[in-house]
Amino acid sequence: MKVTVLKKIRVAVSLFFFLLTLSLFLDYRNILPASVYSKILFLQFVPSFVKFLSVISLSAVGFTAILLLTLFFGRVYCSSICPLGTLQDSLIFISKKLQDKKARREFFKYEKGKKWWRYFFFALAVIPFSGGTLFFINLLDPYSSFGKMSAHLFRPLLITANNALAFLLERMSLYIVYPFEYKGVEPFALIVTVATFVFIAYLSITKGRLYCNTVCPVGTLLGLVSKYSFVKIAINEQRCKSCGICERVCKANCIDKKTKTVDFDRCVSCFNCFDVCPTDGMKFEYGFFSSSKKSHPKTEIAKACEVNKKEENVNNSKRNFLVNTFVYAVSLTGIALSQIKIIPKKESKVAVFRKNPVTPPGSQSKYNFTQHCTSCHLCVSVCPTQVLQPAYLEYGLLGMFQPRMNYQIGFCNFECKLCGDVCPTSAISSLSLERKKLTQLGKAKFVKENCIVNTENTDCGACSEHCPTKAVNMVPYKNKLVIPEVKEEFCIGCGACEFACPTKPYKAIYVEGNPRHLTAKINKGKKIEQKVDYKEEFPF
Amino acid sequence: MDRRKFIKASLVTSGAVAFGGYSNLYPYIASSISSPYDLVAIKGGEPEAMFDKAIASLGGMKNFVKKNQKVVIKPNIGWDVVPELAANTNPKLVSRIIKHCFDAGAKDVYVFDHTCDNWNRCYSNSGIEKAVKDAGGKIVSGESESYYHQVAVQKGKSLTGSKVHELILESDVFINVPILKHHSSGRLTMGMKNLMGVVWDRRYWHQNDLHQCIADFATFKKPNLNIIDAYWVMKKNGPRGVSKDDVLTLKSQIISTDIVAADAAAAKLFGIEPADVPYINYADEMKVGRKDLSKLNINRIIL
Repeated sequence: MKVTVLKKIRVAVSLFFFLLTLSLFLDYRNILPASVYSKILFLQFVPSFVKFLSVISLSAVGFTAILLLTLFFGRVYCSSICPLGTLQDSLIFISKKLQDKKARREFFKYEKGKKWWRYFFFALAVIPFSGGTLFFINLLDPYSSFGKMSAHLFRPLLITANNALAFLLERMSLYIVYPFEYKGVEPFALIVTVATFVFIAYLSITKGRLYCNTVCPVGTLLGLVSKYSFVKIAINEQRCKSCGICERVCKANCIDKKTKTVDFDRCVSCFNCFDVCPTDGMKFEYGFFSSSKKSHPKTEIAKACEVNKKEENVNNSKRNFLVNTFVYAVSLTGIALSQIKIIPKKESKVAVFRKNPVTPPGSQSKYNFTQHCTSCHLCVSVCPTQVLQPAYLEYGLLGMFQPRMNYQIGFCNFECKLCGDVCPTSAISSLSLERKKLTQLGKAKFVKENCIVNTENTDCGACSEHCPTKAVNMVPYKNKLVIPEVKEEFCIGCGACEFACPTKPYKAIYVEGNPRHLTAKINKGKKIEQKVDYKEEFPF
Repeated sequence: MDRRKFIKASLVTSGAVAFGGYSNLYPYIASSISSPYDLVAIKGGEPEAMFDKAIASLGGMKNFVKKNQKVVIKPNIGWDVVPELAANTNPKLVSRIIKHCFDAGAKDVYVFDHTCDNWNRCYSNSGIEKAVKDAGGKIVSGESESYYHQVAVQKGKSLTGSKVHELILESDVFINVPILKHHSSGRLTMGMKNLMGVVWDRRYWHQNDLHQCIADFATFKKPNLNIIDAYWVMKKNGPRGVSKDDVLTLKSQIISTDIVAADAAAAKLFGIEPADVPYINYADEMKVGRKDLSKLNINRIIL
């Protein structure tokens, strides 16, 4: 078999996974059927693993497939399946094209692995995770980062293009392309997404796959597994003429031409080296304990650990300072912003507090949701009413970016259950439509002091109009007016009333979240009698 | 055209549209249709058959739609529910009206609504999107602010201006096709209430005396024809409805060029005195139309 074909296969497979995954996030018209989502995302490591922790089923074993794949062939995941990996490859490809020939030839060179950083980031993801906090793994997980970028950067770009086209066609009285009313995203989530993108783009353009080999916890884990891969990439010392072409195309910076070694735990199996080698100097080595490096892998780990310990003593203060500054900055802006929300305006009415945020239907409880959501924002992308928005501090500092129902922006469409159908973890489980329509996310609370009917003495009733279960009903009030009345047992907490309520700045009706979702009663009224005499004269 | 020119040109056009264009295009248009009847009420048939008969008694659609005219039809597509729940206008009726428009020589027939639930789902679940496409009409989104242009409502008391969908502003003929149903705060929704679906900011109406705003807007734009669908009528839990238990099969239809008269007749049909619906009173006082049915020439048809 001619090995150079491997690169072509890798490129094809990676584009296949990349475009499919991307299309899930870009599908702002909900064209794709909900059933394809779980199939396309089956192999994404972190969501699959998180799902496996709560649902032991075949649909959640994607990550074990990846582990096995790595054990046999190395980190194929990183170059072929991980969408963030392919995104970086694309950025590298584009930046290469933009450079002149000379710079292009000097693109990559061997660098030592940053082991200490690698294990630090790995610990940062794993230790809080085992303690029940997904915050850090959510920031570092490549699939979820890619999700956020797609949802908040690429998707708005596509929508902008769509809207520009719609605008042009509309000038010609053609209404074939509809503008999409994009309602934006929580600013802090956007800032973090942009920062992650800029950081990863910078690293990939200047240093290749440094992110994958230093920051990414999946990369680190698969790297550890790949030390024992059955098939490893190595250099054929007899054939190699030390020309170094392979080193210059190695995105992982893991080929050292001087020592003729491949640091395989950092190799992402892109096969670029096979493709360029003029002397057939790359080869595969077989056997779980074969070593592509000349040093012994076991002592390598031991050494790494020692280095780890030593450096920890040295650098602790600097790291602590950085982490503390970050946490401080975040919590200070948080306190500042939440206070803006709390202080009522002088001329205005009763300030509204929500003790518990509202979680999407199918999430069962706030606890279950925050324990299993990796913040990939796929539900945020597919939600047709855009009511699902990344949280700011509603779930607390560590629940940042996990989606919540934001009834200022929209409300949960009664006939829709898409978020549960697409969620790749078990944070939101899929419900039947009948069940969804009775799942009580929260209860509507009426604040009479804020209500138009009370303050202005005019009719309004926007809340009751929108209520799908008529839990909010209009009842007689003074001067022949009608005023809302809430029957909580019928309320499902969809937020239609809160969204529709026109009072400012505080709503006269809002949904208080149920920390654990309940079941609403069916609102069974009297059946209208079908007594009509079609031959009877008109009443006028 | 290079990019710079294009950007300039589009800025100028959008500027002209925003500041100069639409506000005075449509003053209060009195209907000048010569017809033997002020209002037609019909019952006992299917939506299509009733419409055929009723429009024929008004001299046919050619009385309202001329050759090569651009027609906009505004049904109620407000909710993501199936036709049997009677929250949206009957798709069969919409389809039939489009057919009559084309038979009369209409160039284009557009259909839209500014929905309450998610518009894509409303359009498809109501059956109206399919009905429109099958009949050769064009279904247009109402879900983008860019389609709405600021106009002045000169005779308005509470509502003095509003952003209105461009199809309403640009079309030659405007046909209003509401469904008659119970409404929690408006008491009933029918002709005038249906016009809330052609503006962008409905919250303003709710904030500033809903009934007065409904009447105010009717002074700005009177539809050329109002066709009130009362085939399935939601008797309670309106305007969205909870289940089929709320729906009465009334098999009726009311057609008039006078939106106030149409609403008054529909109210009676529903079983409510027109005087108990505040916006009918306001509109009558503002001379938008006549609520006193006794003074009208009504054609009553029972199939």
